[in-house]
Amino acid sequence: MRLINQRLSPGAGAVLKTLPFVALVLAYLLGSALRLAENPNDKLLPALTTLADAIDRMAFTADPRSGAYLFWTDTLASLGRLAAGLGLATLIALLVGMAVGMLPVLRALLAPFIGFVSMVPPLALLPVLFIVMGLGETSKITLIVIGVAPIMVRDLAQKVLDLPREQIVKAETLSASTWLIGLRVVLPQVLPRLLTALRLQLGPAFLFLIAAEAISADSGLGYRIFLVRRYLSMDVIFPYVAWITLLAALADYGLDRLRRKLFPWSELEGAR
Amino acid sequence: MKTSRRSTMALLAALGTLGFLTPAFAAPKTDFKVAWSIYVGWMPWGYASDTGIVKKWADKYGLTIEVTQFNDYVESINQYTAGSYDAVTLTNMDGLSIPAAGGVDTTAVIVGDFSAGNDAVLLKGPGTLADIKGRDVNLVEFSVSHYLLARALDSVGMTEQDVKVINTADPDMVGAFQTPDVTAMVTWNPMVAEIAALPDATKVFDSAQIPGEIIDLMVANTEVLADNPDFGKALAGIWYETATLMTADTPEGAAARAAMGAASGTDQAGFESQMAATKLFDKPGDAVAFTTSPDLPKTMDLVRGFLFDKGLLGSGAPSADVIGIEMPGGVVLGDAANIKLRFSDTYMKLAADGAL
Repeated sequence: MRLINQRLSPGAGAVLKTLPFVALVLAYLLGSALRLAENPNDKLLPALTTLADAIDRMAFTADPRSGAYLFWTDTLASLGRLAAGLGLATLIALLVGMAVGMLPVLRALLAPFIGFVSMVPPLALLPVLFIVMGLGETSKITLIVIGVAPIMVRDLAQKVLDLPREQIVKAETLSASTWLIGLRVVLPQVLPRLLTALRLQLGPAFLFLIAAEAISADSGLGYRIFLVRRYLSMDVIFPYVAWITLLAALADYGLDRLRRKLFPWSELEGAR
Repeated sequence: MKTSRRSTMALLAALGTLGFLTPAFAAPKTDFKVAWSIYVGWMPWGYASDTGIVKKWADKYGLTIEVTQFNDYVESINQYTAGSYDAVTLTNMDGLSIPAAGGVDTTAVIVGDFSAGNDAVLLKGPGTLADIKGRDVNLVEFSVSHYLLARALDSVGMTEQDVKVINTADPDMVGAFQTPDVTAMVTWNPMVAEIAALPDATKVFDSAQIPGEIIDLMVANTEVLADNPDFGKALAGIWYETATLMTADTPEGAAARAAMGAASGTDQAGFESQMAATKLFDKPGDAVAFTTSPDLPKTMDLVRGFLFDKGLLGSGAPSADVIGIEMPGGVVLGDAANIKLRFSDTYMKLAADGAL
């Protein structure tokens, strides 16, 4: 049989799915054991017990200095910034994206500009943002917006342009105004795409968030990682990285489920 | 079939990890790697590497010494701690909190200088140190700046509870000081000089008020050094030749200072003003006297107390005694069975005696 036609039993599929994860954990444990045998105080690949201690200390023990549960304060601070940044970006994407996609005047005015702006590397702008907006929350949220909004706008505008022209013509023959076409024909069809665009920008948004927090902050997931990096506390860094990954994966999954729930018709081909 | 494939994959993955993470095995060797980063007291290493002084001393002992400049100070220490480098430039405090607390037995081969004004507390607007009360203070958390702030607050009967510390990356300090919400800052040169030159900045405390407490070192892995004493001798030779040259009041000395100034983003005058805020040990005898003086254990006791307070000696550390610090003459602070940071005058003494 050709490899391309191979069919996996559910059991084999499940095993294969977990295999890379198991391999990663085994490789870690082996490397960790080897390094710890060489130097029991090694910080680079801490043992599982050390990791568990660190998680307990960060997440379930109040910090002796401030009395806060650092892990959760960091998570809340970061998720707050992320939500504000992504929320603003999504709103901008919806409004500007639809307008640019629908209206020739705005398209002529804005499309090349947005295409150009979306190529600015946002991290290169960071020093400027910090001077102009200060070191507070504004500059961090702005960085996320600048980083993800232009791409979402372009994506959404393209989706509007891809709508069959016949639909618009049809609506016009039923004497719909531009406003009504936007509201009744275009909006419902681009909303699922908006959620997908948001999903695809989760990764970059986290990147910008962590970069901004690394430079100046007093709480946040990225702040903590770059703080403890000063003394090579991998026992804190690894759980934080795993947590960020998990949060991003959950958000990704959640947004996808939300899209299917709200717009079941957008999943016709891929329906399972 | 399935099982064997699974174990093969695990093995491959493990091998991949091992390749990156093989610990440094100490054994007699001839190739050494030294990491340094930009700071007035460490510029000589870069200059020595550029001008062949490193090669001259390495050749004398039949060694190869590769000197690498890091743009990121912390990364250079982390690389050293992970075993990728045999020696690195760092401060006494970071030496204790990063490699020593990470179980890497580290020896200070050369005590290069101490900060005598290079680190400072700055306020926006007029005032004295007491006016810092209640303000947000921007600094690199857990760095020598943080230590300086703790010592400064202590000197006026305050504690860190009286201010709020905001972690800020050092390259952004000068820009950050000019934003409206920043009113107090602790940082080091060359940023201090730039900020102090701004119209509304007041320097209210600096490291000249705690002389000899922020010490810049060249440290090496103790095991590597024990197996290869020639490496230590070469480092001492490089340092004193370069330091003598850069402090000399000769055209060659001026040229060296200009080159080091250019390499650190300023010019000869700027570099000389930073040198004025640094007590550079260009004579090995002075460094030996400093290292063997009874003040050093006192300083290290303050430093380890600060680190312990901040939880930087390990989360499970029961007291500041958990890591042993050895001074010349057998003086040991803390756990004598777990000595991880050693101040040695061996190589500086050889230099003082002209025995290199």
